[in-house]
Amino acid sequence: MKPAPFDYVRPASLHEACELLAADDDARLIAGGQTLVPMLAMRLARPAKLIDILRLPELAGISEENGTVAVGATTRQAQAERDPVIRASVPMLARVLPWVGHPPTRNRGTIGGSIANADPAAEIPLVAVTLGAEIMLATTDGTRSMPADDFFVGAMVTSINQGECVRAIKFQVWPHPRVGTGFFEISARRSDFAFVAAAAQVALDEEGHCLDIALGLGGVADRPLRLDVSSLVGTALDTASATDAVHAACVGLDAMSDLHASAAYRRRVAVTLCIRALEQARDSAAAIPEKAAR
Amino acid sequence: MSADPASFRFVSTNRRVREDRRFVAGRGHYVADVALEGMLHVAVVASPHPAARIASIDASAALAMPGVHYVLTGEELAAATDPLMNGLDTPKVKRHPLAVGYARYGGEWVAAVVAESRALAEDAAERVQIDYEPLPFVINAEEALKPESPPVHPAHGSNVLLDRTFVWGEVEKHFAESPRHLAFRVTWGRSSTVPIETFGVAASWDPWRDMLDVWASIQMPKYPDQIARALRIPANNVRVHQDVDVGGSYGVKRGIKQTVLVAHLARRLGRPVRLIEDRLDNMGGGDAHGPDRIFDVELAFNDDGIVKSMKIRALDNAGAYAGRAPFQLGKPIGAIVGPYQIESVQYRAQSVTSNKAVQEAVRGFGQAPTNYAIETGIDKVAAALGLDRVEVRRRNFIRKEQFPYLIPSGSTYDSGDYHTVVDKVLSHIDFAALERERDRLRASGLLAGIGIAACLEPSGANSAFEPLLNEKNTTTTWMDSCRIVVDGLGFVTVTIHNTSSGQGHETLVSTVVGEVLQIDPDLIRVVRPDSLACLPSNSPVGSRMAIMLGGAAFHAAQKLKTKLTRIGAHQFGVGEDEVVYASGHVSDAKGGKQLGWIELVNIAHRHFHLLPEGTEPGLETTHVMQVPTGGALPKDGKVQMYPCHSFEFHVVLMAIDPALGKPKIKRYVIGHDCGTVITPHIVKGMTLGGIAHGLGAALLEEFVYNDEGQLITQGFMDYLLPSAHEVPEVEIVHHCTPSPFTVFGQKGSGESGYLGAPAAISAAVNDCVASLGISFNKLPIRISAIGDAIAEAQQAKEQTR
Amino acid sequence: MKVELRINGQNRAAEVEPRKTLLDALRDNFLLNGTHAGCEHGVCGACTVLLDGDPVRSCLMFAVQADGYEVTTIEGVAPAPGELSVIQDAFCETHGLQCGYCTPGMILAAHALLQRNVAPTREEIVEAISGNICRCTGYGQIIEAVQFAAQRLQKANTPRPTDVSVVEAK
Repeated sequence: MKPAPFDYVRPASLHEACELLAADDDARLIAGGQTLVPMLAMRLARPAKLIDILRLPELAGISEENGTVAVGATTRQAQAERDPVIRASVPMLARVLPWVGHPPTRNRGTIGGSIANADPAAEIPLVAVTLGAEIMLATTDGTRSMPADDFFVGAMVTSINQGECVRAIKFQVWPHPRVGTGFFEISARRSDFAFVAAAAQVALDEEGHCLDIALGLGGVADRPLRLDVSSLVGTALDTASATDAVHAACVGLDAMSDLHASAAYRRRVAVTLCIRALEQARDSAAAIPEKAAR
Repeated sequence: MSADPASFRFVSTNRRVREDRRFVAGRGHYVADVALEGMLHVAVVASPHPAARIASIDASAALAMPGVHYVLTGEELAAATDPLMNGLDTPKVKRHPLAVGYARYGGEWVAAVVAESRALAEDAAERVQIDYEPLPFVINAEEALKPESPPVHPAHGSNVLLDRTFVWGEVEKHFAESPRHLAFRVTWGRSSTVPIETFGVAASWDPWRDMLDVWASIQMPKYPDQIARALRIPANNVRVHQDVDVGGSYGVKRGIKQTVLVAHLARRLGRPVRLIEDRLDNMGGGDAHGPDRIFDVELAFNDDGIVKSMKIRALDNAGAYAGRAPFQLGKPIGAIVGPYQIESVQYRAQSVTSNKAVQEAVRGFGQAPTNYAIETGIDKVAAALGLDRVEVRRRNFIRKEQFPYLIPSGSTYDSGDYHTVVDKVLSHIDFAALERERDRLRASGLLAGIGIAACLEPSGANSAFEPLLNEKNTTTTWMDSCRIVVDGLGFVTVTIHNTSSGQGHETLVSTVVGEVLQIDPDLIRVVRPDSLACLPSNSPVGSRMAIMLGGAAFHAAQKLKTKLTRIGAHQFGVGEDEVVYASGHVSDAKGGKQLGWIELVNIAHRHFHLLPEGTEPGLETTHVMQVPTGGALPKDGKVQMYPCHSFEFHVVLMAIDPALGKPKIKRYVIGHDCGTVITPHIVKGMTLGGIAHGLGAALLEEFVYNDEGQLITQGFMDYLLPSAHEVPEVEIVHHCTPSPFTVFGQKGSGESGYLGAPAAISAAVNDCVASLGISFNKLPIRISAIGDAIAEAQQAKEQTR
Repeated sequence: MKVELRINGQNRAAEVEPRKTLLDALRDNFLLNGTHAGCEHGVCGACTVLLDGDPVRSCLMFAVQADGYEVTTIEGVAPAPGELSVIQDAFCETHGLQCGYCTPGMILAAHALLQRNVAPTREEIVEAISGNICRCTGYGQIIEAVQFAAQRLQKANTPRPTDVSVVEAK
C-alpha cells in the first residue's frame, strides 16, 4: 500500500502555504497525517503535491483572550489533552480527547486536522459543533471564519474552499463558576470511530438550576449535530425533564446505517447517550462548590 | 512412558523462552528482512468482479512505466506450472496462483507486476488494462447448494465439492427411542486468525546449482514438495530456508499460490523476486479466510438430560477453490461428540464453492465451530428441561474410569478427568458467589449472565481426515523428527525440521533433551537447517509439537544416553545394566569408577580403539517418529483421528447494558488440562492468545461480502481485531491428566482457548438476554444486533401489557 | 529528496522519494529491520517508533517529515550489544511475546509509558498499549511484563526524567 507519487513542499509561512494551495487543484495540505496518510496508502487520495503545514508558527499554540480560547490548527491532540488552559477553559475538549484514537495517533494527529477531515463520527468536530465554536480559515486574502455548524456540511465534506486552510478553532469560554461536561460514546472497540457520541455542557447556578446548556450528537447523521435542549434552561435538569427534552430534540433524526450499526440502533442509542451526557454534565457541575471562583 | 511430574528437573518448570531474547531486541529474521542482491518486487492486480470472463489483458502501458521488468498473466503461469494440489477428488476444480480465463471471486489475483520496488510495481499495476465480462455469481452457501446456482467451476458441474453423510451407530433407533428431541441452527461467520505479519515469500533460482532457494513466512506441511510439484522440478532442487521467523500464523500461512507465483518469476527473470502481501492483498486475495459454516443440529435426549444421539449437518462455504476448507469439515469427526457419551451420530459434511475468497487451515481446523454447535445444543437441552447447565454436562461427560474411550466415529480418546476439572474451576470461582454477582448486576439494571463451555482439544495431528474424505488418498504417515549432535568439544546441538511461528520449539526441545540427558538446557543449541538438510517433518499444526517434536527429541536423547552408557560400560568392562548414567557421566554402580562427559565425548570422537565393537564414531542420534495411534486407513467411515485429547472448561460472567447492547466480560475463568506441561510460559501464552482469537470470532471479526459479491471488510478499520481493551483478564485453573501415549504424558495446547471461547462467550450473551426471550445464533454477535434485539423484545413486552 | 534524520542518537541521511514512509525508510535505507509493517494504514501499531520519546506510527509519517526529531527505534533500546534493557528483560521474564512481530512496537509503547508514569495502574498500561495489536498473546503476559518492569524500575536506584529538576540558565 504505497501512495501514488507526489511532490513535497514545506512552506515557511502560512501565506505561502495558501498561495501554493490556491495555485494547484491537485495539492493537499498535510499536518499530522493520521487520516490523510491511510487514504494516500490506499490510493483513495492522489494529490500531486503535499504541502506540509505542521511546523508553521502561525498555526501553533493555544491562547486565551477576552473570554475566547483559540486553539491553533496544528496543536497535537496529545498536547491539547495535557494543556492547562484547555482543562480550565474548554473542559469539554479535555474530557473528550482521551477517546480520540489511541495515544500514538494523538501524539501526531492535530485538532485542525480532525476538523478538516470532518468524519461524522469524530469527537473533535462534535465538540466544535456542540460548543458553537468558530472555525478560522486562512486564505490568500487573509482570514475568514464561520460557525462550526456551517463548516461541517456532510460526511467528510466541509465549506472550505480550494486554497484555504483551517487556521484555528475558537471556543467561547463559559463565564459561569459552575460548569460541568459530559461525554459518552459507543463503538465496537474502545477508541474506534463511534456509532453514537453525545457531548454535553451545562452551567448551574448556586441552587443547581441550569443557566446554560449545550448538547451535541455525533456518529448518527452525516455530520455532528447541535441539539436544541434550551427548554431545560432554568430547570434542575432532573432526569424526567432531560429525557423529554432529548426526545423532542431527536424527533426525525437522520441516521446512517452501515455494517457496524443500524439506523434504528443509532437513533435509539442517541437518545440514551444524550440523556446520560446531560446527567454527567449536571453532576460534574454540581460537584463544584457553590461559591467557587473559576 | 509417562514420567512422574514431581521428578522433573526442567520439564514443567518456569524457564524463560529463549526465542524471546532476539525478538525483544528487534532481531527477528522475518521474510521482509530478507534482502537478496538484485531482488525485484511484486504487486498483484486483483479482479473487481466476483465472477467474470477475462477477455483480455493489456500490459503495454504497465511495461512502459519506470522500473518495471515484467507482467505475468495467468495463462503464462498455467502453461509453466501444474495446478495447485487439491485434497479432494475434484480434478475439475483447478486452482492456479493467477486466474486463468475466469476470475472467480472479487479480489482474486489476475496478474502480477514485477518492478524495482514495491511502489513502482503498484504504480504499474494500476496501468494493467483488463477487460472483464461479468458473469452471474453466488455468494451464499445455501444458494450455492441449489443445482440452478451458477457454478463457480462449470466443468465440475455444480458447486458441491463434498457431500458425504456418515452414520456411526444406530442413529434412527436412538432418535425413535428417545422421549425428547430438539433441533436448531447456528452459523459461524467467516473469520480467520489474521496474523499481524502478512504472508510473504522470496525466491531465487540458481541455474549453476539447479537450485530454487525459498524464504517464506510459512507454516505448512510438505511445503517444499508442493513447490517442486507445481514447478515441475525435482524436489531436491528446492531449498526452503527454515530459519525465517514467522510473524504469527495460527494455521493460515500456507502461501502456496504466492510461492509458485514468485518461484516461477525468479526462474523466468533470472533474478530473486519477493512478494510481501500488503494488508489489502492479504485480506482480499491472500486466501487465508476461515470456516464459513452453517450447522443444523438435532439432538435426541431423555428427561435426565442424557443425550443419546445427535445429527449434524455442516454446510461450509469454501469459496472459489477447495483450499483446505473441505478437510476442515473432516477433522472434527475425531471429536464429534465432544466430551460427552453420545452413543450415535449422523454427520453430513457439505462443502460448496462460491465466489468468495478461499479458506485456509485455521487454528483448530474446524473444531472451534463444531464445538460452538455442540455446546449450544447442550445448553438448549438444559433449558428445555429446566436443568442446570453444568449438571447436564456432568451427567453427559465421559467419566475418568471410562478412558481410553472409543467414540462412535472411530477415535479413541486417550485420557481425561473432566469432572475434576469442572470441580476445580467451580471451586476456584466459588460459583455460588459468581451467581450472586450476576444477580447483583441484574439488580442494578443490567442484563447479566454466565456462559459455560466444555470441549476437547484433539492434539498430535494426523491427516486421517484426508483418506476419510477422499479414498484415493491413502496417506497414513504423519511424522516428526529430531537430530542431536554432540561435537568434539562436548557441546550439544539439536536440529529441528520446520519453521516456527512463536510456539517456542527451540525452548521445548532444549528442555526435553536437557531433561533426558540431565544437562543444562541453556547450553543446548537448537537450529533449523534448510529443507534439504532436514529429516521428515509436518510443521506445527494440529497442536502437535509438544507431542511429536517433544517425542522425537526425547527418543533421540534416549538413544544418545544409551550410546554414552554403552561406551562407559565398555570402559569398565561390565554390562550396560551394571552402570548408571547421571547428569552427563557414567558410573560403575559397584566399583566406584566414573567417566565424565568430556571423557566420554573424547572416546567417541577420537579414541576409536576404545569403542565397543560396531559403534559408529562421533555422538549423533536421530529419531523419526510416527504419530502415536496413527498408521491405519479408515474403515467403514471410521478412523482414529488424533492421539491425545486436552480438555478445557470455560466460565464467563458477562453484563450488557440493555440500552446500548455492548457485552462486557466481567470475569473469565478457564480450566485447562493438557496433561504434563513441558513449558508453562508457552502453554499459558497459547491459552490466553487462543481466548483472544475466540473473543474476536464471537463478537468482532467477520469477512463480510455484500450482495454485489464485494468484500467490504478490506482492512483493519472494518475487520476488528481485539485490542488490550477488549480482552479481559483470564484466570487459568490447571489440572493434569497425563496421556498414556506420550513420553512425559504431555498433550497439545497450541489451539487451546480458541476451541471453547466462542461457544462460552456466545453462551454468556445468550444467558444475559434469555430473560427477554431472545437468543443469538450467528457469530459474530454485533453490538447493534444485540441492541436492536433487546429493544424489539422490550417493545413487544410493553405491547402485550 | 535528501533527508537528514537523527535515529537512535546518530545522524543518518538518505535520498528518498517524498512518498516513502518513515517505516520504509528505516527498513530500506537505514537497514533497521526491527520496525515492522503490519497494515500500513495506522491501526495495528507494529510500526511504532518514538519521536522525541512519544510513540507514533511510522507508517503514517513520511521520511521527509521526520527531520528535527529524535527518532528511537527498537534497535536503540538495548544498552549494549547482547544486553537487554529492564523492559526488554521483563518481556523475557513473563514471556510477553510469542512470534515477536508486534513486540518492538509494544516495547516502545511500554518504554514511553514508564518514562512518564513510574507506577501505572493496569488500566493505564492497557491504554498505553491499546494502539498495538497482538494476535499471539491475548495481552495477558504483556501487561504482566510492563507491571514487572515498573516494579523493577521503581526499585532501581537510577534517576528518572521526573526526578530531575530543570535549572533555568541565568
